[in-house]
Amino acid sequence: MTNPMKDLDARIKFMRENMASMMKVTPWANEMGFEVTRIEKGHVWGVQPFHEHLVGDPETRVIHGGVITTLLDNLCGASCGAALKEFRFVATLDLRIDYMRPAESGRDILAEAECYHVTKSVAFCRAWAYHESRDKVIATAQGAFAINNPRTNLKKGEQI
Amino acid sequence: MSEPLSRGEQLEGFLKQVPIVKTIGMHCDIKGDDMVGVLPFQNKLIGNFTIKALHGGAIGTFLEMTAMAQLFLVADVERPPRTINITVDYLRQGRDQDLYARATVVKLGRRMASVRAEAWQSERDKPVAALLGHFLLGNSGEAQS
Repeated sequence: MTNPMKDLDARIKFMRENMASMMKVTPWANEMGFEVTRIEKGHVWGVQPFHEHLVGDPETRVIHGGVITTLLDNLCGASCGAALKEFRFVATLDLRIDYMRPAESGRDILAEAECYHVTKSVAFCRAWAYHESRDKVIATAQGAFAINNPRTNLKKGEQI
Repeated sequence: MSEPLSRGEQLEGFLKQVPIVKTIGMHCDIKGDDMVGVLPFQNKLIGNFTIKALHGGAIGTFLEMTAMAQLFLVADVERPPRTINITVDYLRQGRDQDLYARATVVKLGRRMASVRAEAWQSERDKPVAALLGHFLLGNSGEAQS
């Protein structure tokens, strides 16, 4: 049995097996009620169901932008977990979110995040939130994540 | 005839109706056109239990809400501002303590505004996170596509 901490393929397999409980152990993610639905190497997908307690505008009943911040931040972090050769905790350095169009009230929000580059100490991610497909996004995100223990198996600037 | 509501009273009344404000458990301490956002610590705000750190998403939500509230306080708008974009810098780990935030409206235009916000815990000059956001002012009826 290969160690999911040391081996990426084993970790992705482990993450897939524990997909349903992944966000349950993160209190604020659990409060939002989103789930991870698919995991590939350096790429994760998730869904944020519509909940009344997440509404940010009582008139339009649209989910607050902060919920999308949480969703995309968390998925970016998870995409790092599915990208780093050796497991490390990551911490958000910065996150930029651009809103293309308002989310529609009452509808689930789909999202995906990609960890597209990893250096010794930083992982770079981008993410998308939409109702149907990436052709019509609600929001996009771009973030840098500090890799907590700077020693990984990756050489400087090496692609994942 | 009762006195017309002050801007601060209008903001407080509005925040009471916003579900996410109740969910996150924040409130605004309003003094005229100035305010401090207060987010009392609760276990549900945690993002990482092993190190008891606040979730970046909870910090981001609190900062964005504080920025929007400050903007509502100083801009003559009826509808809440809509977010164009935000950038959040995570400067220090958010600990299992209360979090505070203050926002400054850097530029208030007719259609858009630029707002900075900063969150801290026990020490004001050791910020936990900083936000820069651009907002569309509610009255302009744009960007509804």
